Amino acid sequence: MRNEAMNGRMKGLRSWLINPVLNKEFTLRMRTVRSMWTLFFYLLAMGFLMLSIVYLTQMLGSNNRSFNPEDSKIMFYFLAFAQLGLIAFMAPGLTAGVISGEREKQTLNLLLTTQQSSSTIILSKLLSSLSFMIVIVLSTIPIYSMVFLYGGVSPKQLILVFLFFVFIMFMLGSFGIMFSTLLKRTMISVIATYGVGLFIFVGTAIIFYVVMAIVSQFQYNNPNTNFSWIGHIIAWNPIAALYSILDPSISNEVFNFNGSSVKKAPIQLWQEFVLIYTALSALALWLSIRKLRPRLKRN
Amino acid sequence: MQPAAEASIGEAAPGPMIEIKGLSRTFGSFQALKSIDLTIQKGTVFGFVGPNGAGKSTTMSILATLMAPSSGYAKVDGFDVTKHPEEVRKRIGYMPDFFGVYDNFKTVEYLHFYGASYGIPKAEREALIPQLLELVNLTDKANAYVDTLSRGMKQRLCLARCLVHDPELLILDEPASGLDPRARIEMREILRELKSMGKTIIISSHILPELAEMVDEIGVIERGQMIAQGNVAEIQNRMRVKRFLQIRLLSGEDEAEQFLQDRPYVNKLLRDERGIQIHFGGNDEDQAVLLHELVSAGYKLVSFSEAQTNLEDVFLEITKGGDGVQ
Repeated sequence: MRNEAMNGRMKGLRSWLINPVLNKEFTLRMRTVRSMWTLFFYLLAMGFLMLSIVYLTQMLGSNNRSFNPEDSKIMFYFLAFAQLGLIAFMAPGLTAGVISGEREKQTLNLLLTTQQSSSTIILSKLLSSLSFMIVIVLSTIPIYSMVFLYGGVSPKQLILVFLFFVFIMFMLGSFGIMFSTLLKRTMISVIATYGVGLFIFVGTAIIFYVVMAIVSQFQYNNPNTNFSWIGHIIAWNPIAALYSILDPSISNEVFNFNGSSVKKAPIQLWQEFVLIYTALSALALWLSIRKLRPRLKRN
Repeated sequence: MQPAAEASIGEAAPGPMIEIKGLSRTFGSFQALKSIDLTIQKGTVFGFVGPNGAGKSTTMSILATLMAPSSGYAKVDGFDVTKHPEEVRKRIGYMPDFFGVYDNFKTVEYLHFYGASYGIPKAEREALIPQLLELVNLTDKANAYVDTLSRGMKQRLCLARCLVHDPELLILDEPASGLDPRARIEMREILRELKSMGKTIIISSHILPELAEMVDEIGVIERGQMIAQGNVAEIQNRMRVKRFLQIRLLSGEDEAEQFLQDRPYVNKLLRDERGIQIHFGGNDEDQAVLLHELVSAGYKLVSFSEAQTNLEDVFLEITKGGDGVQ
């Protein structure tokens, strides 16, 4: 009896995971030449960055023409931030047109009159875009492997960084799909998604620095006030969050602003970042699912 | 307004296939539909006629669960489109006036995708899809990429897509628009086949005269209001109170036109390459008097006949801007 229930649940999960919308998305995405070119140029950009940093390290570093672990660490940091930038650039482009594109191609109405639920359509589209981005990011592992030749970075750190990348894709993908559902035109949806991405990457950092400048002035007059809360502002920024994975001490530093009484960060920046954006991404997906079909039920 | 009883989920209701009562839809200050009432029985082919922007597509979108009505209700096989959209979607095959296809999808894959989207198992689809392709004459295009098909082929493929889950009701919004004459004939043949299969079809079209022989009922909609509705023959008979007379003369058409304008019951005159057409308000006796007067006046008549009214005439007459026939 229990086994039957389990089998039923597994079947349900299987049919949800291998649903026609996801199947279609995979087929169509992998058949386009654009996907291959995207992968090619992404690897070309990452390879170019890697070779540039190797060249610069050799040229500007010590004269003994050998790598030291510190160089390798810098190389890893550089690659991680470059990859973060490329993901931020790529994710909106891959997701901000998935629904509005169907609307523009006049295929959406046909899809909406089928038995597929709104959640299946939205989540399948997100999953398919995420899968493609994961393929791209995983294909850069051989480039990262050069870092391991010289030591200085642990595999655990590398896995954590890659999981963080997956989360960034999920987050930007969710916002992209939300705008794609809410806005009728793909172009406007792409602009809105890039706008939100820009705010998250740059805007939050600017807000942090402005608040920090104000607080510095204020603290001068009120030396006993606790300003550790300022760390929670920079926790909204993905660059700071990634930095806190690479160098965990940064979390303690931001929460100990100008000698605040807090010695240890209450939470790592990347952990708070994940919590905040998990909630916002879930909200974005919920909105997309709600707004995909017109609201038919009336009171 | 008290809606009729709802059908139980999963069961077919014994009542009409479509039941619309007081259906209205507004877009801002624009009222696209104004309290429409419509009942279509199962197995009926219903022609939906009206000028562009009259509200045909809006009504069809509501029936296809793609739009919510502002007031009133619409039921498909007893299921309210706003309360049980999933049940309605199982029962309908919807073909919009404009639709796109996925690039890089083959014809067979396209139908497999929609079949799977309706929950049809793969083994069933394998048997069903060749039959559908045969019905719409696309068997030889089974492995062609959808975006390489002609417009007529895409229309037929979309019709096959509508049929993939064997729906009881087909909602076809201008299925023949933009097609060349041959493609229109092919489409008409397929629709005739579907009619013989007992499907209920609601079809809007600008080529209704061509479809007259297969449409059981028509509804004429203008400015969001249903201005005429009923059996095709019934509406045509109603229109017969106004006759169209066709006259061909050997010569002297200008003088004859002048002469006819002064005759009683002659409401309107039209000249074309076939001769003079008269919108005549009289009866058989008046018609005989007119013929006698023409002959007595010395006009050399080649022919004098009563033109047959077709659906197009009905449509033009009803939608000419007045209150219409009720």
